[in-house]
Amino acid sequence: MESVLVLTHAALSDDNSAESGSPLARASLEAVTAGMELAARLSASLTIGILAVDAAMAAKTLPTAGARLLAVCGEAFAQPRYATDAAALEALCRAANPTIVLAPGSSRFTRVAAGVAHRLGGFVDTHITSLGDSDAVEASRWFYRQRVEAVVSRDVRPWFLLLDAGTHKAFAGEAGAAQVEQVAVELPALRTTVSGLRAPAKDAQTIRPDAKLLLVAGAGWTKKQADGQVHAAEAGELILGFLCLAGASLGSSKSLVDQGGEGNSVLPFLTHLNQIGQTGATPRHAKGLSTCCHGEEPHVVGWRFIGDRRAISLDPNCGWTRGKADVVYVADAFAVMSKVNALLETNKV
Amino acid sequence: MAFALHIVVCAGIVSDPLQTLEPATGPNGPGLKNEMVLPAVLDPWAASALYEAAQLTAKNPGSKLWLVSLGPKAKLQQVMMTVAQKVAFELVPIDGPIGGFSDAHSTAAVLAETIAALPGLDRGKLLLFGGWESAARGAGVTLQLVGERLGISDQFQGVDQIDLRDDGSFEVLERVEGGKHQVSVCAGAPAVLGWATGNLAEPRNNPQVGMSNMRTIMPALQKAKAAKLEANGLRYLSVGLPKQQRTTRVVKDLAPDEIAAELVEWIGAE
Repeated sequence: MESVLVLTHAALSDDNSAESGSPLARASLEAVTAGMELAARLSASLTIGILAVDAAMAAKTLPTAGARLLAVCGEAFAQPRYATDAAALEALCRAANPTIVLAPGSSRFTRVAAGVAHRLGGFVDTHITSLGDSDAVEASRWFYRQRVEAVVSRDVRPWFLLLDAGTHKAFAGEAGAAQVEQVAVELPALRTTVSGLRAPAKDAQTIRPDAKLLLVAGAGWTKKQADGQVHAAEAGELILGFLCLAGASLGSSKSLVDQGGEGNSVLPFLTHLNQIGQTGATPRHAKGLSTCCHGEEPHVVGWRFIGDRRAISLDPNCGWTRGKADVVYVADAFAVMSKVNALLETNKV
Repeated sequence: MAFALHIVVCAGIVSDPLQTLEPATGPNGPGLKNEMVLPAVLDPWAASALYEAAQLTAKNPGSKLWLVSLGPKAKLQQVMMTVAQKVAFELVPIDGPIGGFSDAHSTAAVLAETIAALPGLDRGKLLLFGGWESAARGAGVTLQLVGERLGISDQFQGVDQIDLRDDGSFEVLERVEGGKHQVSVCAGAPAVLGWATGNLAEPRNNPQVGMSNMRTIMPALQKAKAAKLEANGLRYLSVGLPKQQRTTRVVKDLAPDEIAAELVEWIGAE
């Protein structure tokens, strides 16, 4: 008989410094939902493991999950760090002794899950997008950067499964007093100190994972325009203006980001963190608008989880027109986006 | 003050992302159609790790750089003809299967065993580099597992930058959610660093570096040990291409005003 352990961690605070002991991260609550569904389907026992500074605070919405609650807590776990997190998760797993371990695919748990699985003699699969609906444990994931989809299973246990964010609804339980069992951890000597997070200034942050809309800028923005001139500064103003007015997140093609290293005109707010596609991110947004991008496969694989897709391109034969976007406007993105910004500005007023 | 480092870069080879990748099931399980004839490249994020490693090695006299790569010998040779011209390294090839469908735990076991046996490797100076995810399996676990097997408990993933300090410690920037970096300071080697893009451009081809590298690469390829990868209970129930072909509406005859109005309405719709 299977037993399911869901590993969770507290959310990072917005003050860019440390974990505050606040309630669980959204990705963790999504894993709780997945764990509850899986345990119910398999008639398995369910345990939730919590990693937080203040476990009682972090567990306050979990009493209605119907699970045994285990926690590792303390200041040592305020910061994500391999040595402490791996020790904590190992202790939680040994205390729960599960056959299936679900965890959010957050940067914190992605850093340590494989190591913990190895310590327990188990195996790990990551980027899981669904857990099937049969009476066995079957996990879907993508290979070759979202170009090939597979369903996998394993006979060996414990089996760790890291769930991609956005694939399950976040668990929303009513707050209450939770019975949390504390698990002791013996920490190794620590050689790493985490000093916090480094982020662009608040008004310069162009990556917004919670935005409904993703705007992707391609290399065409910094190419010569109809007048034979490059208009990189104007392109930057149009893009930033749109992000501000529409509350969108900004992605970029690799070629545009790479231009910075090749001495060409660049958009100074773009970094490799904005890169979408084969060697970049695969974000999840309800809508995506591509501008000045050719829409070839290595870039479009990064759009796998974008729902409604539109593109503006001067090329009527670009990749987007070949079944990769819902609507393609054959037009000059400079002209269109300036009109879009004007309309959004008017609507705001 | 410079510190001599022993940097081992784990880098696989992957089918060129610009090619059509179509899955096919063979006697050994799933793979890619015509995988052995598809052109291959060094895994992109692992390549970033290699370039960063080469720069660190060059800045710290007495340092050494190994490139450990598992793949079919013929494919490795093909890829090395290009990679060898970029930076100087000692290749440690392992003759094994290509592709993303093999088990990461088996791959890690082979890599860890190979690294542990590297002649002249000082584990106290070891920085284990690689890509934080491959462009094939994309699991992001292999390097972590190798580190565990080698007993390294300072691990960093999604690394974009490290700054080595005079006392041998280093500051490292790891990617975390929301376009931010987590900043940590590690006391020094040994450590595992799974690289994201880093900050370096791809080095230009240098024929002299290429000729120097190839003098050791060809004999190393000839002596490459064969590795068999266990499945570890991993079963593929289905493997296929996504069916997400959309019916695209191509709009060619609208003025920018009209397109803008349509887009703004679309943006505002739930």
